[in-house]
Amino acid sequence: MVGQPEPAVPKNDPKGPRVDVKDEKKKVKTPFSEFWKKFKKQRLALFAGIFIVLLLILAAIGPYITPYGSEEFDYDNILVGPSLAHWAGTDAYGRDIFSRIIAGTRISLFVGLCSVLLGATAGTILGLISGFYGKWLDSLIMRMCDVMFAFPGILLAIGIIAVLGPGLGNVIIAVSIFSVPIFARIVRSTTLAVKATLFVEATRSLGATNRRLIWKHIFPGTTSSIIVYFTMRIGTAILIAASLSFLGLGAQPPTPEWGAMLSSGRDYLNTAPHVTFFPGMAIFVTVLAFNLLGDGLRDALDPKIKD
Amino acid sequence: MLKYFVKRVVGIIPILIIVSVLIFLFVHMIPGDPARLVAGPDASYQDIELVREQLGLNESLPSQYFSFVGNIFQGDLGTSLKTKRPVFDELATRFMPTFWLSVWSMAWAVLIGLLIGVISATNRNNWKDYLGMFGAVSGISLPSFWLGLMLIQLFSVKLGWFPTGGLDSWKSYVLPSLTLGAGVAAVIARFTRSSLMDILKEDYVRTGRAKGLRERKIVWDHSLKNALIPVVTMTGLQFGFLLGGSIVIETVFSWPGLGRLLIDSVSFRDYPVIQACMLLFALEFILINLVVDLLYGVMNPQIKYE
Repeated sequence: MVGQPEPAVPKNDPKGPRVDVKDEKKKVKTPFSEFWKKFKKQRLALFAGIFIVLLLILAAIGPYITPYGSEEFDYDNILVGPSLAHWAGTDAYGRDIFSRIIAGTRISLFVGLCSVLLGATAGTILGLISGFYGKWLDSLIMRMCDVMFAFPGILLAIGIIAVLGPGLGNVIIAVSIFSVPIFARIVRSTTLAVKATLFVEATRSLGATNRRLIWKHIFPGTTSSIIVYFTMRIGTAILIAASLSFLGLGAQPPTPEWGAMLSSGRDYLNTAPHVTFFPGMAIFVTVLAFNLLGDGLRDALDPKIKD
Repeated sequence: MLKYFVKRVVGIIPILIIVSVLIFLFVHMIPGDPARLVAGPDASYQDIELVREQLGLNESLPSQYFSFVGNIFQGDLGTSLKTKRPVFDELATRFMPTFWLSVWSMAWAVLIGLLIGVISATNRNNWKDYLGMFGAVSGISLPSFWLGLMLIQLFSVKLGWFPTGGLDSWKSYVLPSLTLGAGVAAVIARFTRSSLMDILKEDYVRTGRAKGLRERKIVWDHSLKNALIPVVTMTGLQFGFLLGGSIVIETVFSWPGLGRLLIDSVSFRDYPVIQACMLLFALEFILINLVVDLLYGVMNPQIKYE
């Protein structure tokens, strides 16, 4: 599924033909400037990227700027609908939902980033080993991936939670294990493609060690697909973590986690639908931003990568 | 052709074995003593030893595994810790509702997904394409449990068209299957679009246009058939997504299926039921993928004549 990536060939060779400094600015194409030229045409992805940066800032400073504390009870204003005082209304304890959503940004982004980072690191190493060394190591790692894929979707995560017990920390572990086989497969297939190219053979014949070949020459060739999947998987990871919390297996009340907040609003669906509506909207918009950014990165980095 | 079939069927055997080993080891990975868990918190030392003897936990791991597999083939999946009933009976009534829910979700997801995909691919880069693809990426990003709750709020609470949950009549299927199918429809739409766009670049499509065939005939008769080959494989994988998603959706709609049983069992730490549910979900997914692979062999002439 993954196409042959462009090997990162340095195009601004210092020993190459001299170019006038003025012209150089126009002509030199670094991999990044090529990428940026294509990426900035994708308005939606650019917008999503800016939104994600804003979310990250909000995650860092959010709790200091919210109008109310995330644990601030107000029994005079229980289950009040959206108003000027409470933009997203209040929940069953009179807590301001808007403030809690902002406080929850930190949790969701942390869980998403952490679990995908762990899963992608392990998966990338396994994929590089599998693709580079081949033979029995390859069969072993790929069979392991097949087995993990045999537990569809959220099931593997639920199984891991059943062993480790509920909790946000265990959700991170479960979701990162869930991400390992996907990265292993993608990196393996890209590794195979890069390994077959002439420049790798040339480097090998110059006497490069295996370790040098993998890290200096093959790994850089796999980064574009890793970046694309990394972005998209964060969205999925946030969704799965929220689902697990919704099911009562992840963050426990009163943690202002979006999935847990949504779950607590289920009992008031008839009288106060805003308690479920706004946290769900927060999950949706955040995941959408990561998916749009992932789509844009894919089109800019390697259009051959499919969904 | 026969060779391809045999290869596929034989190929799943090692996966089945490893999956069963993993699920068998599951109980042994849980921190704590499984015999104590089964016997209950107030059991005496003798009781625990008795349970250990009954469960065969004194024997070596390999021999325990073989009796575990042997029991599965005899339909003996152990006893539920919560209800003290055989796990097999617990699962028997739960299997079909989950199965039908996933089938209905898949049916409409394929229908809608294909339609959006074809419309987007044939209207490339105009508003129909953008609308379809923005809808699709939104569908992938929607938290299914939230979509379900919002549909309940609108169609059950406000309009009263469909029940809020449970399984009574065909009406009960509408909201859960719509919720569950939304994400899959979105994936199928995206995949169909890119696959069909690749095919529409082929020479034979240009030939068809050159000899004056109608665009509709080119798309629906000549191109779609070839574009569907990768879509079929994708759809098989999405069945897994559906099965996993059904766990969440069943909780939202109080659906009497396997998924809700699994979640209830996780909260009660009812390990024999968890084991059986995981086994059944994995088995169903492996079998569906086998069927999809075989279907792929029938559909793809390159494999047929190999």
